[in-house]
Amino acid sequence: MAARKPVRWHIAVFLAPAVAVYTAIMIVPLFGTLLQSLFNTDGQGGRMFVGLRNFATLFGDALWSKQFWNALGNNAWFFLIHMLVQNPIGIALAAILSTPRLRMAAFYRTAIFIPTILSFVIVGFVWKLILSPIWGIAPGMLDMVGLKSLFAPWLGKEEYALTALALVSVWQFVGIPMMLIYAALLSIPDEVIEAAEMDGITGMSQFWKIKLPLILPSIGIISVLTFVGNFNAFDLIYVAQGALAGPDFSTDILGTFLYRTFFGFQLQLGDPYMGSAIAGAMFAIILVGVCIYLFGIQTRLRRYQF
Amino acid sequence: MTKTYRVALLTGTLLAGPALAETTLTIESWRNDDLTIWQDTLIPAFEAAHPDIKVVFAPTAPAEYNAALNSKLAAGSAGDLITCRPFDASLELFNQGHLADLTDLGAMANFSPVAKSAWQTDDGSATFCVPMASVIHGFIYNADAFAELGIEVPKTRDAFFAALDKIKEDGTYIPMAMGTNDQWEAATMGYQNIGPNYWKGEEGRLALIKGEQKLTDPQWVEPYAELARWKDYLGDGFEAQTYPDSQNLFTLGRAAIYPAGSWEISVFNTQAGFKMGAFAPPVAAEGDTCYISDHTDIAMGMNAKSPNAEAAKVFLEWVGSPEFAALYANALPGFFSLNSTPVAMEDPLAQEFVSWRETCQPTIRSTYQILSRGTPNLENETWNASANVIRGTETPEDAAKRLQEGLASWYEPQK
Repeated sequence: MAARKPVRWHIAVFLAPAVAVYTAIMIVPLFGTLLQSLFNTDGQGGRMFVGLRNFATLFGDALWSKQFWNALGNNAWFFLIHMLVQNPIGIALAAILSTPRLRMAAFYRTAIFIPTILSFVIVGFVWKLILSPIWGIAPGMLDMVGLKSLFAPWLGKEEYALTALALVSVWQFVGIPMMLIYAALLSIPDEVIEAAEMDGITGMSQFWKIKLPLILPSIGIISVLTFVGNFNAFDLIYVAQGALAGPDFSTDILGTFLYRTFFGFQLQLGDPYMGSAIAGAMFAIILVGVCIYLFGIQTRLRRYQF
Repeated sequence: MTKTYRVALLTGTLLAGPALAETTLTIESWRNDDLTIWQDTLIPAFEAAHPDIKVVFAPTAPAEYNAALNSKLAAGSAGDLITCRPFDASLELFNQGHLADLTDLGAMANFSPVAKSAWQTDDGSATFCVPMASVIHGFIYNADAFAELGIEVPKTRDAFFAALDKIKEDGTYIPMAMGTNDQWEAATMGYQNIGPNYWKGEEGRLALIKGEQKLTDPQWVEPYAELARWKDYLGDGFEAQTYPDSQNLFTLGRAAIYPAGSWEISVFNTQAGFKMGAFAPPVAAEGDTCYISDHTDIAMGMNAKSPNAEAAKVFLEWVGSPEFAALYANALPGFFSLNSTPVAMEDPLAQEFVSWRETCQPTIRSTYQILSRGTPNLENETWNASANVIRGTETPEDAAKRLQEGLASWYEPQK
């Protein structure tokens, strides 16, 4: 009879600090917020259990639901722009950077990655200044190439503001998919590439037929990161357009809607209970999105072992 | 237990050292622009008279103030003295027990009931902040530009738009410096600035609260119609123009007229290199009674849980004194004292603004008392509606209808 495996205490000991910190600052507040969304004021300074009534207000009351769906729609558009612009550009940049013949690759890599480490506040203000119709360099630069007529006060127009801000965010974060894909491309073994070359697959078709299938799992991960990041976004909109997310709420996303409700704004007093309900809805949206990816897509991706 | 006590006592003695009897009071405020004035003028004046009390002015950014203050008060880490926003924001803090009742403070006798109304319970039985100052709305203009173009200071609406037309025709100056990016200028310096002339100040404001008038009545819609006309006189790309952009456009001498609040005076005085003047919102016809927004804006209360309540009360008595009123009004031209004792001011622009108190009927902003208590919040909706109307994306009638529906959805007298 084999001896019983000794209890491996060291695993628990090594995990404990991370688990403790994570529980204290992430898991407990998360459940605290979810719990709070089931309460509301009782009118006498206390709180009482109201079940799902906050959610019923959020989705049932026209005043709330209109704002919620507006924010969700804007958020979906914000995400779509990232998926259609940021990730393809990131992949393309990574593909270009990984070609061995490219000179000064390290310089480009760093230059493109730098905006990612800047603060949202700086990015927001810098772009607000660049695009300013009064002091901005955007109108002047368009003027130099004779396209002044194309300039509009983008951040102040309902039809462009959200797209403009999404593109600013793309500019800031394009370095992340680029780096992840770049790493994935470098990890493709040379034998595979050489075998492809032996079979006469080179250049563009090599990328489409050999490399792209091999980096699909990385693209999946990037999509999920983009999804989570976008549906939690708040800072850039808040810095550029304020908590009222003007013009006429056209840039209002779930994060700014949550902030306005939870903390209040100007004469509007904060409502932590409805705020928690919105936070709960955001959590559910992100959870569903991530689950669809994990169970619907990731399990079906073909993986290659080298 | 005894040991902890002894250690605490020992550390206390060591740390306190020479300043044994000193109390430090911390002021919470959103006026980060005033930091130097508090540090260089106001606090030294107080500390000279009360050497046993030290005062620290600790402001937060204006947009974050309410949220930050609420969190600090809930967590018990807020300062001893709280700068009070007018009406409901502070009333809510009082009802939650965060602000102390100051009705019995001696200095309260120095203020008229109107001055105190912004920091009282609805029935007026308790006052919880010492009024500090009000701000007056009007228009500041570039006097050099007016002289150059031969424009008289407009008294009537027709003259006002004629002046704007003339400036626009000349083309040297942007007629009016305002943008809609930040939204609040459109409401505060637009709607609430010109509106009182239409709704007859207090008369209309109180009728709205009683439910006798509606936001869809002509006197409440017409100001929006006038705002809609402003669009043509604003600078290129005003949709993306922010509040600091507008301030800079005016102080750099690129715009001729600035729809203003009197709080701009001190900033403009230091930045503008030309002569400035001010005029009250123009009336419909020469000789009509004029109404101005003389808005009770800032006061100071006491954190109910402050451990230094006695010292805080001493400070608040001083804030309510004529001495403080004179210091404050002159250090910050444009913040007009609410103290009953008249204050002599030296700044000519501030004198011009305050002179309207004698010729015009003062009122406060229509959305501040009671009407912004519910959801949707009338003040925030007014920002949005004013900005929409100026941008031309919503008609004045539609905007008024939307606001009325929102208000009627929760405010009983308007149903």
